[in-house]
Amino acid sequence: MVAVPNHPVSRDQAKVMNRYDITRRMIGLLHQDEAVIGGIGYTNFDLWAASESPGGRRQQNFYMLGSMGLAVPIAMGVAIAQPRRKVFALEGDGSILMQLGSLSTVAARMQKNLCIVIMDNGAYQITGGQKTMTEQGTDIVGIARASGIAQSAWAADEDAFVGLIGRSLKEDGPWLIGCRIDNQKPVDTTERNPARIRDNFMRGLGVVK
Amino acid sequence: MAEATDGRAWFEIVRDVLKRHDVSLVTYVPDNVLRPLIAAIEADPFFTSFACTREEEALGINAGAWMGGLRGILLMQTSGFATLPNVIASLSVPFQIPTLMMVSERGTLGEFNIGQSLVARTMRPVLDCLAVEHHTMTRLDEVEFIVDRSITQAVATLAPVCFILSPLLTGGKVFSK
Repeated sequence: MVAVPNHPVSRDQAKVMNRYDITRRMIGLLHQDEAVIGGIGYTNFDLWAASESPGGRRQQNFYMLGSMGLAVPIAMGVAIAQPRRKVFALEGDGSILMQLGSLSTVAARMQKNLCIVIMDNGAYQITGGQKTMTEQGTDIVGIARASGIAQSAWAADEDAFVGLIGRSLKEDGPWLIGCRIDNQKPVDTTERNPARIRDNFMRGLGVVK
Repeated sequence: MAEATDGRAWFEIVRDVLKRHDVSLVTYVPDNVLRPLIAAIEADPFFTSFACTREEEALGINAGAWMGGLRGILLMQTSGFATLPNVIASLSVPFQIPTLMMVSERGTLGEFNIGQSLVARTMRPVLDCLAVEHHTMTRLDEVEFIVDRSITQAVATLAPVCFILSPLLTGGKVFSK
C-alpha cells in the first residue's frame, strides 16, 4: 500500500466543487455494478439524483434514512460479503465525524475493495448550515491517514477527483477521497421507502433474485 | 432438548448453532463473559470475526454484510446495547434487516458497578418498545433451542432478535478488588 502523491496536503488547498456534479462524474465511471452506499442527508439526495438515467435508476445504490454515521460501516459489510465487488461509501463531514473509529476498523482490516468519498462542506447543511469541526481546523484526510488508510487524498479539483476514482476502481484499497464541496442545495430528494430501497439494493447485488 | 447433556458449554453450543445457520460473520465489542465465545469463534476458520470500535459500527457492518448475502451476529455487553436504540430504530427495523444480537448481561445478580446496574434497566424496555424479539437465556438445556429457533424466525420474518446471556447461564462477572 502506498500513499497518494501529488495531491493537496491539506483541506485548505483543495478546490471547492459541487456535490451533484462530482457525484454524477463518479456514477459515470461505474461500469461493473459497483455498490454505492449514500450517507444521510444531501449526500444521498444527490446520489439519488445523479443515478437517474434514460435507462432507469441504477439499482446498486443503498440510501440511508437515519443511522447517521453508518455509511462507512454498511459499505464495509457489503465489501466483506462480496469481496470481488468494489464498494463506495459516500459520507458527509458531519456524519463521518460521528464515527471516526470506523476509519481505524477499515484500515485494520485492509478492506481492499472499499473506497470512501467524503463530501466536506464544513457544515450541517440540512439543519441550517451550522459549522462542523472541519470548518474549524479538522482535516478528515489527515485523520484517515493517521488511522492507517495510507491511500487517502484530497481531490485537488474535478479532474483529480475523476483520476482518484479511476485509480480506486483499478487498484486495491482501502481508499479515502476528500472532496470540498459548496453549499448548493441537492438536485432531488431520495424516495423514502426503506423496505423498497433495501430490496432494490439486494436485487442489484444479485442477492435477491 | 437433550443437547445439554453432551458436555458442551454454553459458548460451544452457541458457536455450533451459528455454524449450522451459516452465521459466519461475528463482530463484537469485547466483554469478559463473552471471552470464551469469542475465543471459540476465533479458533474456528469458518468464522470471520473482529472487534469494532463501537457497537453501532458493528451493527452497520452486519447490516451491510446481510444485504450482500452474508449472515452476521453482534456480540456486546449491556452498556454497549444502550448505545444502539437509534440504529435499531432507523436501520434494522424499517429496512427489515434481521440483525442478530447477543448481549452479556451486566447489572444484575451481583453487580458491583452502579453504572452497569442503572444502564441495564434500560435494555428490556428499549427492546420491548421497539417490538424487538428477545430471549433471556438462563439454562444450558435451553440455549440450543432458543438460538436455533430465533435465528430461523429472524431470517424468515426479516426482523432483529436479541439474545440475553444471564449470569445464571454464564456465571457472570464477579466482584474482585
